[in-house]
Amino acid sequence: MGMTITQKILAAHCGRDAVEPGEIVMCDVDLALGNDITAPIAIEEFHKAGGTRVWEPAKVALVPDHFAPNKDVRSAEQCKFMREFAREQDVGYYWEQSEMGIEHVLLPEEGCVAPGELVIGADSHTCTYGALGAFSTGVGSTDLAGVLLSGRIWLRVPETIRLVYRGERRRWVSGKDLILYTIGRIGVDGARYMAMEFAGPAIDALEMSDRFTMSNMAIEAGGKNGIFHVDDKTRAYLDAIPLARETRDREARVFESDADAAYARTVEFDVGEIEPQVALPFSPGNARGVSEIKDDIPIDQTVIGSCTNGRIEDLRTAAEVMKGKHIAKWTRCIILPGSHHVYRQALNEGLLGVFLDAGATISAPTCGPCIGGHMGVLAEGERCVSTTNRNFVGRMGHPKSEVYLASPATAAASALAGKVCGPDEVM
Amino acid sequence: MKGKAHKFGDNVDTDMIIPARWLVTTDPAEIAAHAFEDVQAGWPETVAEGDILVAGNNFGCGSSREHAPIALKAAGIACVIAASFARIFYRNAFNIGLPVLESAEASADIDAGDVVEIDASTGAITNHTKGRSYRSTPLPPFMRELVSAGGLLAYLAKTRK
Repeated sequence: MGMTITQKILAAHCGRDAVEPGEIVMCDVDLALGNDITAPIAIEEFHKAGGTRVWEPAKVALVPDHFAPNKDVRSAEQCKFMREFAREQDVGYYWEQSEMGIEHVLLPEEGCVAPGELVIGADSHTCTYGALGAFSTGVGSTDLAGVLLSGRIWLRVPETIRLVYRGERRRWVSGKDLILYTIGRIGVDGARYMAMEFAGPAIDALEMSDRFTMSNMAIEAGGKNGIFHVDDKTRAYLDAIPLARETRDREARVFESDADAAYARTVEFDVGEIEPQVALPFSPGNARGVSEIKDDIPIDQTVIGSCTNGRIEDLRTAAEVMKGKHIAKWTRCIILPGSHHVYRQALNEGLLGVFLDAGATISAPTCGPCIGGHMGVLAEGERCVSTTNRNFVGRMGHPKSEVYLASPATAAASALAGKVCGPDEVM
Repeated sequence: MKGKAHKFGDNVDTDMIIPARWLVTTDPAEIAAHAFEDVQAGWPETVAEGDILVAGNNFGCGSSREHAPIALKAAGIACVIAASFARIFYRNAFNIGLPVLESAEASADIDAGDVVEIDASTGAITNHTKGRSYRSTPLPPFMRELVSAGGLLAYLAKTRK
């Protein structure tokens, strides 16, 4: 019996020729990640367990992004606690102020992740790096402490659900629309404990930014990881990173699923049938096509950014929709470039001017409003169309506020119209 | 373990268990005081030490915040029974010493307020109010090894290369 790409990566990291779904294996970790919310508990556990030095500082990334730039004194204390640990341990990756960004936007841009690697992050959206053909998954703080101590983690080898996409995408339909549609179809626990493997000609046609968006939201279907095969687009993306680590033979670690690999399930999609999607409150699984939303849903705010949709391609799309237009009166629009690289590029390409002319506000890179932290928290009864990944009760602020998840094009269009709507309505 | 059941539905997410605005602290008592505050304000005051939380499918979905099982444990919950768990929550609960049991039949049958007893060694669940008992999915041998080693970090220390 053949193996999936996920099985092969896990086998390579536990010193075995083959692994079977359901087995528990002890794996070596290539990169361990924490942020200002999860690292403080991990550092406390590390010390409680008698830890003095992390197993391999070069393989540790600590990113202040959730409540950074510091939103208040308590978050400042958590960032400081993590910063001091990063300094004392001299970890390989730490960024501050003008170099900062949202972890899952920043790490790939900085060349911290390569195909075939095993990445463990104390953040549920660590699954983002599957777009590069890596196995990456989210864990909690104590598991991160275990990795910091030992460089290893136990993992149950997941079954794989294969998601095959065919056909031609319609205008404005992005990776965000495909993944929202997918979660709507298979459910928020449709891939629970499983690997999600994205395949098919419509996937080959997707740009890297769309692939990152899809991998990023694998967790919203309960997935352990969301993985893509490495192709010429992946290679071109990696080749363009000036700062990539040079410690690896990339092609030796490119894995492919075998033709006779076993899948728990295969789900097929004709992307030609998918229109821009909106996930209604309070579940990412509540996806609807924009044309199915018959009633006017007035909104107070839109947020364009996050680890899901804060990349330069996302901002280009939003700017294309907003160029020469102005957001609706009584509507706010907050743009959060995902990293300082994205910010600079948006500046160089003139996108920031487009946003300012349209009446939008531009924030420093941060997770900020996505988790109701800062830079756009909602009041009671307010509604927001957001390119983020979760629309749970109270996610962006008041428990009686509402978040509608959508693509950058749909969020930009909604900002212009002052209501939930697709890009075709304003273009 | 024996206590009163608190009942929740499917897809309880970690933002419900502990809203992100309370992730500015690592103090369990403070985190526990805000458990479920956006969906059931005042819930922690209804919990007596040793109570059992019973939920439906996919309990603990969403964020990786370990604050979620910490909040439940520090609020007094002795064990969570659910039809199924989201994987990160499951690992986290295990790692911080909050017992979790997977049992679809217990999840479906137990009502809020029922007095429930759990035999930690066998995973057997008894509902004293209804006079019924249920089975739960046994832990894989590896996870039992982690428990007997004294938890994840103790296990890793023991087996360090």
